[in-house]
Amino acid sequence: MIRSLMLPRRLAMLAILVLIVALVAVYGRWDWLANPKYQALILRGIGNTLILLVLTMGIGMALAIPLGLAQAVGPWYLAVPARAFCGLIRGTPLLLQLFLLYYGIGSLFPGIPGIRDSFLWPVLRDAWYYAVLGLSLSVAGYEGEVMRGAFKAVPHGQLEAARAMGMPRLTMFRRIWLPQALHRVLPTLGGETVLQLKATPLVALITVVDIYAVASRVRSETLITYEPLMLLAVVYMAITGLIVLMFRWFEGRVPQRVA
Amino acid sequence: MTTDRPEAIRVDGLHKSFGAHEVLKGVSLTAREGDVVAIIGGSGSGKSTMLRCINFLETPSSGRITIAGETVAMRPDGSPADRRQIERIRQSLGMVFQSFNLWTHRTVLENLIEVPVHVLKLPKDQAIARARKLLARVGLAEKEGAYPAFMSGGQQQRAAIARALCMEPRAMLFDEPTSALDPELVGEVLQVIRGLAEEGRTMILVTHEMKFAREVADHVIYLHNGRIEEEGPPDQLFGGPKSDRLKQFLKSVA
Repeated sequence: MIRSLMLPRRLAMLAILVLIVALVAVYGRWDWLANPKYQALILRGIGNTLILLVLTMGIGMALAIPLGLAQAVGPWYLAVPARAFCGLIRGTPLLLQLFLLYYGIGSLFPGIPGIRDSFLWPVLRDAWYYAVLGLSLSVAGYEGEVMRGAFKAVPHGQLEAARAMGMPRLTMFRRIWLPQALHRVLPTLGGETVLQLKATPLVALITVVDIYAVASRVRSETLITYEPLMLLAVVYMAITGLIVLMFRWFEGRVPQRVA
Repeated sequence: MTTDRPEAIRVDGLHKSFGAHEVLKGVSLTAREGDVVAIIGGSGSGKSTMLRCINFLETPSSGRITIAGETVAMRPDGSPADRRQIERIRQSLGMVFQSFNLWTHRTVLENLIEVPVHVLKLPKDQAIARARKLLARVGLAEKEGAYPAFMSGGQQQRAAIARALCMEPRAMLFDEPTSALDPELVGEVLQVIRGLAEEGRTMILVTHEMKFAREVADHVIYLHNGRIEEEGPPDQLFGGPKSDRLKQFLKSVA
């Protein structure tokens, strides 16, 4: 780790980075960071961004696995809707999907008589749930397509060996097919998780308070233009670094060699 | 040849078509406990298909498969009627493939204990003890932590044989176990199979290794175009083939 940082080009990049940070730190205005109100908001924003990322990747992948399976080997009445769903999600902007969910479907609910007294109302009127739903469906659409390819790419012989030994179908899926498919797409999934992180700020546009929304609020309240954006950049870069490290660890767990 | 031993595997009037193409045109076979039956024939003769129909990796078009006296229930189209029965029968037949098919995301030891632990519900420590014994037997004791991709073809095939044995099967099915190997690796795999034959295991062996078939088999079946052209004890078949096709075949592979 240390030695790989000692390469000349890396040292040069590091020096430039340190210089920029130093300049920003010295000449920028950072007094707002000392404000307890903003400190609490920033923590909440980072927390919400992280929760959104983990939750929507989790729900999205849970949906993507059946979507991919249906497209790869399912009967037509499952494959066609799955393909249509993935096509729809991949073919339209995420922002549009969020708007349609929140301002479209979400605005229909208040018209239903009695719904304001229903136990569901706190969920139905809260933008958070629309954000989770919208981002999860997006992950499901993209990763459903990725998983389709992944399931198909597992060599037939791997499954045949399981069948020949009398493995029940569900066990075979759980123990052989799914792990091999997931392992194959780990590098892709790492990249997609980073992209998903960078898709989360869109939820600020439907009133969810993520770290991006917090930075916007700081900017409009203090009229400081650049420094909150710098903070955003640092936060997103740090989370990206974490994601990259995590996936690298996952990938290293099963040594692969191209035969 | 004694005939009082119970039948382990019996195939009656097996037909198999892929679309309009009939690959097996009514073939039969009987292997009693301890028998080694070798199936030989040219490419496209249907020998692998015949073997794969025994554990229903291929669905027969018609015919009857009986394993240890239990006839597999089939629908009119030949597909198995009872999935559970098929799974149980497959667990009693150890299959070895031409391309090894070890699970690439598991170490050798994990490959061996996968089915015993997760399907047959054997306690893990017992499965591991059994697996280690088998690995030692096929000469791979020091490879238990290795991933298949880091092993030679011969090592992978020996591990695959150990994996099949780890289920303690009633019989072994070999589908051209040495055809994907470099010539210098064939010997080590044949040696393991020979050892199994010598300890009296029931085996059905599809092979291109004529010398080996003659050496280990009790009964040899020569398939041509989906039919049994000739069959009998190895010395009779290889020593004095009757049909012209078999004579020609033996000359071409010699």
